[in-house]
Amino acid sequence: MKFKALTSAAALVVLAGTAQADTGLIVGLQLEPPHLDPTSAAAGAIDQVLYSNVFEGLTRFGPDGSVNPGLAASWDISEDGLRYTFNLREGVAFHDGTAMDAEDVVFSLDRARAEDSTNAQKALFAEIEGVEAVDPTTVRVTLSTANGSFLFNMAWGDAVIVASESIENIKTNPVGTGAFKFSNWVQGDQIELVRNEDYWGTPANLETATFKFISDPTAAFAAMMAEDVDVFYSYPAPENLPQFEADARFEVLVGSSEGETILAINNLMEPFTDVRVRKAVAHAIDRQAIIDGAMFGLGTPIGTHFAPHNPDYVDLTSNSQYDPELAKSLLTEAGYPDGFTTTLKLPPPSYARRGGEIIASQLRAVGIQTEISNLEWAQWLEQVFRGKDFGLTIVSHTEPFDIGIYARPEYYFQYDNADFQSLIKDLTAETDPAKRSELIAMAQTIISNDYVNGYLFQLAVPTVVKAGIQGIWSDAPTQAIDLTAVSWSN
Amino acid sequence: MKTNRNLVVGAALTGFFTIAALISFLWVPYDIEALNIADRMKTPSFSHLLGTDHFGRDILSMVMIGARTSIAVALVAVGIGMGLGVPLGLAAAARKGSLLDELIGRGNDLVFAFPSLLIAILITATFGPSALNAIIAIGIFNVPVFARLTRGSALSIWKRDFILAARVSGKNSAQISVEHILPNLSSLLIVQGTIQFSLAILAEAALSYVGLGAQPPTPSWGRMLADSQTMISLAPHLALAPGLAIVFTVLGLNLLGDGFRDVFDPRLRRGRT
Repeated sequence: MKFKALTSAAALVVLAGTAQADTGLIVGLQLEPPHLDPTSAAAGAIDQVLYSNVFEGLTRFGPDGSVNPGLAASWDISEDGLRYTFNLREGVAFHDGTAMDAEDVVFSLDRARAEDSTNAQKALFAEIEGVEAVDPTTVRVTLSTANGSFLFNMAWGDAVIVASESIENIKTNPVGTGAFKFSNWVQGDQIELVRNEDYWGTPANLETATFKFISDPTAAFAAMMAEDVDVFYSYPAPENLPQFEADARFEVLVGSSEGETILAINNLMEPFTDVRVRKAVAHAIDRQAIIDGAMFGLGTPIGTHFAPHNPDYVDLTSNSQYDPELAKSLLTEAGYPDGFTTTLKLPPPSYARRGGEIIASQLRAVGIQTEISNLEWAQWLEQVFRGKDFGLTIVSHTEPFDIGIYARPEYYFQYDNADFQSLIKDLTAETDPAKRSELIAMAQTIISNDYVNGYLFQLAVPTVVKAGIQGIWSDAPTQAIDLTAVSWSN
Repeated sequence: MKTNRNLVVGAALTGFFTIAALISFLWVPYDIEALNIADRMKTPSFSHLLGTDHFGRDILSMVMIGARTSIAVALVAVGIGMGLGVPLGLAAAARKGSLLDELIGRGNDLVFAFPSLLIAILITATFGPSALNAIIAIGIFNVPVFARLTRGSALSIWKRDFILAARVSGKNSAQISVEHILPNLSSLLIVQGTIQFSLAILAEAALSYVGLGAQPPTPSWGRMLADSQTMISLAPHLALAPGLAIVFTVLGLNLLGDGFRDVFDPRLRRGRT
């Protein structure tokens, strides 16, 4: 009890003066966005704050990951799947008062797919051949090849509609069409949004929404306990969750995410070029021990790079069962009877830091020695992601449906398989749902049988919510904290 | 002669942790490299005297090996500081007022101008976190401490008559520094060395706490503290064990340093008897 009082007092000092009214909501987040343009950076924090709240796309993700109409009220697809005609909603205005019409859609899509575009997901727009405004509320998009996931692609945060009038200052003053308007950004502390009174759809219940950035897990615990924040999205310390569950003031939502957490293997580095060595690594890993030890039980084991909640998921965990004896004999077969030494570079999240220590211990048991280095995100991006200077690393891939990264030989784990690459090409062109499911299953099986990476578990997203708040998404089908339907019950 | 209480308590605490560290080379209660997730966060019991941590490792074993890490890092770091600082100080004193003296003096000022932990973070951030880089970093900011102390005290000894005698007998300043000045400084250096040792242990713990010291799986008191931070309300013993280990080691070394000073300083000794 004394401890609780102490932490609350400490938190009050740090976060003084943020008491909320019932019409406002304060959301705690661990990472702060580097800037506020979702169409020019991969940082998930940008979408978490802005997706659907401030910016909207032609289509949008629902809480269950379904693709729903967004700024496009409806659409027609030509027989051959090459022509999409979007019927835009009438009377939609940007927050600066300018009208949102077909020209803005043409501008946004052309900007995203341009040669010099800095869009982080240019592949989403790769098949677009032309975009034309038929009339102010009709846009026609022509594709070079049919793409079964085009409407899904248009729902991403990277494909939101922006206006040419306000594009210049988008990084500091984002102007969108959403139910909330950007109001203020106190760098290093918080971002404030206010309700858009002229919203085209159902207006938001909340008058204000504040995103507060608290990177330290201990401070996050204190802030939540002191009720300085109302919601903590993706709560960073799973060991504290039982305390919140036991407390009547709070509710814990554990949702599934698109985060496949993997032990990434540098496929071009000796001795990992040998599939038997990669297979040995896969069999040396005890997934359940990692989930229990690093995540305190939160997470679903995976056997391939695919989200288990997706209907097309194939359970391949038996392909890489925990079997240290088999791992040892595979190493002997590959010419490493005494094992070898490699590097294990770990980014900051606790799944990586704690998981890394557990994996190091499991690998040591079969003879593989690892030199652990704990890196900050900037160093990790520099050394591992861009520099490809690593043997092993642990990271969670949080983009939805990202199995396509295995078709990119230059991607940091450097898997180069021509069969897989042509399979992904076929998959992209396929529009028949049944055939797509078949191809997706094949893709999952190939990378599982090739032991490209060690597939650990699907990251769970724990969100701590104050009792009385309704409408918070528990799952994370995309990097979003959609507050448009959130309300207080009292 | 009356026994010095500081010295006895300090030696006992320091000895306790040193012996624990030495024993850890031969034997620890449990293998700390084998994780046992099912047995995690157990409170102290007969099978685990200090309980188990969040990976099910025995905390007593961790603290013992952590003592080894702390003492080894501090020993080498203070060794670097003494090994470089003392000769620099002797040289500066022997050539008082020369260009060499100026260079050494300003060099010391330069290192002193940076807060010590900042230098350590700079070095480990540039060359990557590891126990070795932590040692170098802590060693570097120990150099000026010893250089200044040595120079200051050596200067006063240079004025003494027996130095004049040694000079008349034909010895050069290097010989005098080693044969006559250094022995007269030894008690002072032991006292300062003990104090620096405790500071080095604190610095190592601080660096490990922010993730720049010894890397896992090597246990380190600072990292044990950092790891248990979010669990402090669930299992306080996780943080208490390494925390108290740091406190008692540093307290022991400080008391030992005070005790040494009391014993070596003739003026204080006269006052006592």
